Amino acid sequence: MTSIGTGYDLSNSVFSPDGRNFQVEYAVKAVENGGTAVGIRCKDGVVIALEKLVTSKLMKPNANKRIATVDRHIGVVSSGLVPDGRHFVVRARAEAAEWRKIYKAPIPVHSLADRVGQYVQAHTLYSSVRPFGITAIVGGWDSETEVPVDGQVGSGPSTGAGGKKEGGKHGGPFLYMIEPSGLFWGYYGAATGKGRQTAKSELEKLDLAAGTLTLEQGVKEAARIIYVAHEDSKDKEFELEMTWISSLSGPTKGRHEEVPKEIREEAERLAKKSLDDDDDDEEEEKKDDKMEE
Amino acid sequence: MNHFPQAWGRPRDDIYGHYNSSYLQTANPTQHTQSPVVTGTSVVAIKYKDGVVIAADNLASYGSLARFTDVKRLRKFNSSTVLGFGGDVSDMQYLDRLLNDLDVKENYSHADDEASQLSANNLHTYLSKVMYKRRTDFNPLWNHILVAGISSESEPFLASVDLLGTTFSSPSLATGYGAHLAQPIMRKLVPDEEAVKGISKEQAVDVVKECMKVLFYRDARSMDGYSIAVISKEGIEIKENEKLENQSWQFAERIRGYGTQVN
Repeated sequence: MTSIGTGYDLSNSVFSPDGRNFQVEYAVKAVENGGTAVGIRCKDGVVIALEKLVTSKLMKPNANKRIATVDRHIGVVSSGLVPDGRHFVVRARAEAAEWRKIYKAPIPVHSLADRVGQYVQAHTLYSSVRPFGITAIVGGWDSETEVPVDGQVGSGPSTGAGGKKEGGKHGGPFLYMIEPSGLFWGYYGAATGKGRQTAKSELEKLDLAAGTLTLEQGVKEAARIIYVAHEDSKDKEFELEMTWISSLSGPTKGRHEEVPKEIREEAERLAKKSLDDDDDDEEEEKKDDKMEE
Repeated sequence: MNHFPQAWGRPRDDIYGHYNSSYLQTANPTQHTQSPVVTGTSVVAIKYKDGVVIAADNLASYGSLARFTDVKRLRKFNSSTVLGFGGDVSDMQYLDRLLNDLDVKENYSHADDEASQLSANNLHTYLSKVMYKRRTDFNPLWNHILVAGISSESEPFLASVDLLGTTFSSPSLATGYGAHLAQPIMRKLVPDEEAVKGISKEQAVDVVKECMKVLFYRDARSMDGYSIAVISKEGIEIKENEKLENQSWQFAERIRGYGTQVN
């Protein structure tokens, strides 16, 4: 059933007779045109990468960052309507700050994804608002060691269990993707935006579920995937924006930071090289075909 | 019906009427802190040629009772600043959380480079405004704070702000009892800014340790376990479980009224 002219797509809070919410589906269309964003959950951290399309040559290179930091340990990138993404980040930061006020500790990545997910979903319920025109990727690292409570002054009792269980697994890398409907799942690798199909098939090749990919490899793969996904819109210029969150013993010490320039440029160089190699292979194949003829 | 997001999930005013908040108010007038409750005593700090040394003991007193003995009153802010808190411990915790929030917000702008970080003098200015605002509201934060670190000009920085919002800067500073007992000892070493240039880290650490010892001898609200931090361009070196060394209580023998000898 088409949505055009039926009237079921005019309001958010209205279902079509076959159980669809067209406003949400249109929001998904807005995402499909945005620059590709990718998140990879590695064994010792998370990488977030974005194909930032250059909309004007008059804008300063490497300024106007699109990957945002929430609290200290979480990064958010979105694809779709940029202002909607900004509002999403504002809300995420407010939720993280509110969590700290109550629990005096950093918000776990899952709790943040849950709360912003609820917020996005609420925008599909009311006729007074429109859904978010973005799909957001939320990546972060929950501390694997005990973190002091904010404002803690002493060390507490030195005897007794203190409510802690020995040998429990705590913290680690987390990656979530939140869609305009408010739906969110945890992922090993997530991709959204224009080049998501290409990016997803590349991510599947990495066998991320095995949990063997290191953060350093992840950075190189993320850069390569963005370059591969860009192939279809080669005429447009883009900048690669990349951030990471490592374990406490890794390069960012559990914080969300920009990937250092040298490492990013090296990853870009390798990405370009692998693209060139692929082109060469294709040409060789063509030659082989001709020879066979 | 109000469809705006702020009304989501709330009872509708047009059906249930406005929320009646009158019962939340008490009959009594608002009261503010008249005196601190759990307190920390002196903080001492001195500049040397490449940085600042700061120390405070690990005691939080409940009146004259030595209530908590593992309280860390030196708080690291970022990679270039340490704050030393004298006075009310709960107000210190409030300020610690306030500054933690500030640090999180600073972090939003991808400012990874050191130059764009808040420096010690920025932090001192910020704190002085918080303290002055609160005293103007007749609701002071009951602390005397020393800010020790590296300034925006990469120079050693040391300044204080108290519960009235008064700010002061000097080559050496001490709060509470330390202002009377430790300050003269440190001033002998660094009478002015010029003298700071001739002071090594070891000299500064030694004089601070000496001050902590004198304070333990004569301040009844002090303790022999203390924290000491050295802040320089290389970073922050903080030791939180130090013990006073080479104590000698021989001088006490000559004090009338000490021990069993009453007069």
